[in-house]
Amino acid sequence: MAPETHTDKVYEAELAQLRDRLLAMGGKVEAAIAGSVRALIERDASLAEKVIAQDKDVNRAEVEIDEMCRRLLALRQPAASDLRFITTALKIVTDLERMGDLAVNVAERATDLSQSPPTRPFHDLTALADLSGSQLEKALDAFVEKNVEKAEEVIEGDDLLDAIYHRLFNDLLAYMMEDSRVIRRATSIMFAAKQLERFGDHATNVAEMVVYMVRGTDVRHPGSRGEGAPVKSA
Amino acid sequence: MNATQEIASVNTPSRRSPDSEETPVREPPAPPPEVSGAEAPKLTVENLNAWYGTNHALHGVNLRVPARSVMAAIGPSGCGKSTFLRCLNRMHELIPGARAEGTLLIDGKDLLGRDVDPVNLRRRVGMVFQRPNPFPTMSIRDNVASGLKLNGVAGSHGEIVERTLRQSALWDEVKDRLDASALSLSGGQQQRLCIARALAVEPEVLLMDEPASALDPIATAKIEDLIHELKERYTIVIVTHNMQQAGRVSDQTAFFYMGDLVEVGPTEKIFTNPSEKRTEDYVTGKFG
Repeated sequence: MAPETHTDKVYEAELAQLRDRLLAMGGKVEAAIAGSVRALIERDASLAEKVIAQDKDVNRAEVEIDEMCRRLLALRQPAASDLRFITTALKIVTDLERMGDLAVNVAERATDLSQSPPTRPFHDLTALADLSGSQLEKALDAFVEKNVEKAEEVIEGDDLLDAIYHRLFNDLLAYMMEDSRVIRRATSIMFAAKQLERFGDHATNVAEMVVYMVRGTDVRHPGSRGEGAPVKSA
Repeated sequence: MNATQEIASVNTPSRRSPDSEETPVREPPAPPPEVSGAEAPKLTVENLNAWYGTNHALHGVNLRVPARSVMAAIGPSGCGKSTFLRCLNRMHELIPGARAEGTLLIDGKDLLGRDVDPVNLRRRVGMVFQRPNPFPTMSIRDNVASGLKLNGVAGSHGEIVERTLRQSALWDEVKDRLDASALSLSGGQQQRLCIARALAVEPEVLLMDEPASALDPIATAKIEDLIHELKERYTIVIVTHNMQQAGRVSDQTAFFYMGDLVEVGPTEKIFTNPSEKRTEDYVTGKFG
């Protein structure tokens, strides 16, 4: 039977390096979102500052991974699963970078809130943070394991995340209606919750690209394909 | 609308929310695009087997090449792709001990039958080889006309020479020196001259065996551009080791391995999402 690795060992190593870099970047983003939410809940301004400062590592990783993908495309002319892997990498690196930005937004709210009196605890905020973090973790696992089932769990899991967001949103509205003095703080929490909900959407994007990478079928935006003419030249 | 409702209405979760119209429903994969269009196949190959002595080199190949399209045959050395090509104009049987069995049809008519004259067949199915092989002692003009003379077509052939040299994108470069030796041309020009020579007898199918592998990238691009133009009139089967070339010029790609036709399909599919693992391993470079 044919071997599982590329005949060209340098190419094999370059692909492995790309995968490792993406995972390392994903790990940084996971840490960032977890840190920013902890800073928010524990009113830890210094942790929030750390999260904000570390975003430049995520940004740098995006630039470097983009460059690696361009180089591989230009020099290796990848085909089939390699082509799908590299184009997937190019797409999900953008999602990961944006997720890093969302973590920064949460961290900025944390800084703000740490200077105001505490609000009552919102358990759904923790639930939202845990779930959005685990959605990314699972999407990255699916990417590494080329596991479509896991990716589909992430896509389906987004509904739960949205439901928790809705409930938290209503909870915060009620809180504001009870006491107008908390409006500013509650709005900050609402804003942070919105970032977490968006974070989950990006995790879903990553999962959808994993399905494409493994199966070669595009599961995004059902019903929007086959409308344009094929690009293959005459 | 009071302020609270307003906030609530602008703060609905973004696009993946349960209440948004767009739900992440997975749809079944689209069927593969039709490459052949409505045209009937120009070439039909059914259960084609070929041998070199006792060596069974091609195992029951079945495929169809639509008219006015390009099919690329790829695969590692010794996979049978050149044997396949040579069967298509019965050059395979010229090798001592070699034979082929099966059904080969052009426009539904059998090519391997005993009553089919191979010389006549080769007029309908032209071939261009890896190394440019113009007749060295002949002029450019005589090279193009050689097939006509061989087929007993009388006359000066001036019109056909010009037409086929234009078709092979060589006319502008040689029109002022048609009586010069064919060897005065560059390698790329010689290859286009050989294509003109093949076209002069008005074939229906053009077989190309690694037509650009001895050429530089610019001469290669000219040949590939020419292939795009030629497929307006001809049905082309090209054997190539260069997978990027197969991707650039062909509508369908056939992958051969150890005498088997492993997979044939739209070129785009073969290079982005092949069905067979052996194809995947070959196009991604995982063969020992």
